[in-house]
Amino acid sequence: MTSSSPPNAVEMKDIVIRFPGVLANDHVNLTLKQGEIHALLGENGAGKSTLMNALAGLYKPVSGVMKVHGEDVNFNSPKEAISKGIGMVHQHFMLVPTQTVTENILLGLGEPKFFMDLAKYDQKIRDLQDQFGLRVDPSALVWQLSVGEQQRVEILKTLYRGADILIMDEPTAVLAPQEIDELMNTMRSMTEQGKSIIFISHKLNEVTAVADRLTVLRKGVATAEGIGVEGLTGEKLAELMVGRKVIFSVEKKAQEPGAVVLDVRDVSAENNKGVPALNKLSLNVREGEILGIAGVAGNGQSELAEVITGMRTCEGSIFINGEDVANCEPSKAIERGVAHVPEDRTGVGSAPNMTITENTIMKNYRDNPIGNKWSINFTEARSHARGLKDAYDILAPSVRTMARKLSGGNLQKVILAREITTNPKLMVAMQPTRGLDVGAIESIQRLLLAQREEGTAILLISEELDELLTLSDRIAVLHEGEVMGILDAENADVKEIGLMMTGMKRSDA
Amino acid sequence: MNLPYTVIFEKRTADYPKWLPAVTSLVSVLVAFIISGIVLKIIGGDPLRVLKFFFTATFGSWPVFSDTMVKATPLIMVGLACAVAFKMKLWNIGAEGQFYMGAFFSSLVVLVPMVNLETTPKFIVITLMIIMGMIGGAIWGFIPGYLKAKYQVNEIIITLMLNYVALYWNNFWIFDKWSDAGFQMTPQFEKIAWLPRLSDLAKEYRQFSGITLHLGVVFGIIAAIIIWWILERSHWGYEIKLIGDNPQAARYAGLNITRNLVLVMMLSGALAGLAGMSEISGVVHRLQEKISPGYGFTGIIVAWLAKLSPFAVIIVSILFGALIVAGREIQPSGLSNLLQGIILFMVISSDVLLRYKIRLVRLEQEA
Repeated sequence: MTSSSPPNAVEMKDIVIRFPGVLANDHVNLTLKQGEIHALLGENGAGKSTLMNALAGLYKPVSGVMKVHGEDVNFNSPKEAISKGIGMVHQHFMLVPTQTVTENILLGLGEPKFFMDLAKYDQKIRDLQDQFGLRVDPSALVWQLSVGEQQRVEILKTLYRGADILIMDEPTAVLAPQEIDELMNTMRSMTEQGKSIIFISHKLNEVTAVADRLTVLRKGVATAEGIGVEGLTGEKLAELMVGRKVIFSVEKKAQEPGAVVLDVRDVSAENNKGVPALNKLSLNVREGEILGIAGVAGNGQSELAEVITGMRTCEGSIFINGEDVANCEPSKAIERGVAHVPEDRTGVGSAPNMTITENTIMKNYRDNPIGNKWSINFTEARSHARGLKDAYDILAPSVRTMARKLSGGNLQKVILAREITTNPKLMVAMQPTRGLDVGAIESIQRLLLAQREEGTAILLISEELDELLTLSDRIAVLHEGEVMGILDAENADVKEIGLMMTGMKRSDA
Repeated sequence: MNLPYTVIFEKRTADYPKWLPAVTSLVSVLVAFIISGIVLKIIGGDPLRVLKFFFTATFGSWPVFSDTMVKATPLIMVGLACAVAFKMKLWNIGAEGQFYMGAFFSSLVVLVPMVNLETTPKFIVITLMIIMGMIGGAIWGFIPGYLKAKYQVNEIIITLMLNYVALYWNNFWIFDKWSDAGFQMTPQFEKIAWLPRLSDLAKEYRQFSGITLHLGVVFGIIAAIIIWWILERSHWGYEIKLIGDNPQAARYAGLNITRNLVLVMMLSGALAGLAGMSEISGVVHRLQEKISPGYGFTGIIVAWLAKLSPFAVIIVSILFGALIVAGREIQPSGLSNLLQGIILFMVISSDVLLRYKIRLVRLEQEA
């Protein structure tokens, strides 16, 4: 060691990773200094995850040098990476839904050996939570947790294993604004306590808010290597990522909303745990209007979408064009012209092992010309799917590609394309842009606005305040299953929305 | 010791070509024969002679091939029964019981008798037996289907237990009520209730004499065509596959899952019931104990080896029919079970080739 400062946490030099036909990483360098938050940016498929998987021991680079704490490493398995203190928080959670938080954290560890003695470990995990400010009930079953809470479990898992270099793969993609702030605080407190973090993200504002330096990848090549975040503009970053200028504001045309399509009156419902999630909630959406629903995750948003689309039972009435559809089957809602872009696109919105074609006909396989009396005309179905693939710019080898092989953005386009072609009167869109890259977000948002111009009533549930502000006509803020108030999006005050999200009722509501 | 090469398993990123599953399955069967040959060699046998005998005893001439097909016939229908249910991830392991109930119900036509066997035309008697057999199997599929749909009762347990109920229900009738002179079988059915055989035509065509192949094989093939059409072309088949792949998405798409659950179990039961009917009307010509050497369970294996594809079910059934016939001809008969087991292992392991590309890579020289 010739340098006087402590060695860098991670040094990756000239990393080359090749997949059949693809050069995923082309001589990439990345240096993570001790105690810093280093952001790694790039569009989907830019090679960020590949690079990080190499660091986590999942892939082996064809060539290049990796050093951890100044020591040459050559990982053959994730286990070796973990033993060097590298922990990865994956974008797709790797948790056992039927087990408790503690059980999930202990899974695969040498201890406890035979008797579980969960109470003891619950306490250990609570201490860890206090240290870093990651709140989640250790004895809760994972399937009952919100996505944000599940992520905290993932982070706790790596911390419990003693990681001091954390790789966080798009951790904010699944979080509400408050949760994001909380996470950023956690990240800062982690670096203060000596951890170093690589933070993968799509979101420019978060990167500038929390990261010290950043590296940008585009098509496997680093377009920026470890530059400081000061003075960087969103436009500049977007250009580095996409390789062209990105238009940030999608244009919303001024238009007068028409008749009321959706009228929710005094609806109450329970969540999966049997706890009240909606409490006498009322709201309405009109033709050609986007009503945005803001709120911290787990305040009744999922349940609201589900009661309207017939996937959850409730008390109260839900009128769609004057007909009460509360407690009807989903088929009834579909019949009444309700399209649904579900929160969970892989678990609910699509069938992973079926083709794009089969996924696009999910709601019109009985209708002419795709459906005959008993059968499905697959030639017709394929050409329908091909039409959608072209019109919505879905990137896939062919319409015979399985849904599970699509990237998040392309899968979301498949779902949106399918829902839009049903000519909906009402569209319930839950988190439609979550986890997507800048380009995909832009096109999904455009599609929603085009629907609005068509006269569709849209209920847009999102945890991105910026998205709600740009797209919505009005914004309703949800807190513990109640509407705290409804504001005009045009002159809405972000601070006021923030206060309402924490439970302050609007004075004139 | 370090080898200069290493084998790399690469996850397939692109879709594999459509013909690949067929090729890997075929190669696995070949490999299974080779491994069996090695085993034979080790225990001191002559593998080539045994294998040659295996083929002559099962495919060597029209009469033995007919025997193979007779054994394949119930397997086709039972295999289809399992394939349909498995497509929806309904684990119907009660095909055996549904087979017995199909046999019992179709026997009612003769044993009650439901029609005047002297005057009714053969065509009507057989048709009635088909319908009754399918109803019997469908009832035995309805029970677990309904219980699952209504009360979320696990279908594996119910179908498994109903197998025994069906077996002992049959025993009750053949031991007691309809016993033929105290034997565990009913009297032989009147000829009118027999499925036509090729040997029936021996008078006109001498070459058919002694060939026991019966009309049941046609039922099996027609059933395979219909099931293929249902699964690959119909609304219903699309629903079955969607529910099987992701029930959440199916519910979201507005499908009636509970109704489909009951219907698919009934269809599955009806197919197994048809197999039971074909077996008593085409082969044994009476209701008796042990009409099935475990066809219902072999059907599960057939369905999986066929990757749930109806036409592949026919091919796999013929292979398994041959193994059953060979088991009779080759001593020790365990050889045929050995081959069955190895085939199963090979075909199931060959799935790795569908999910991974396997490459041999030369290691770079260490500096």
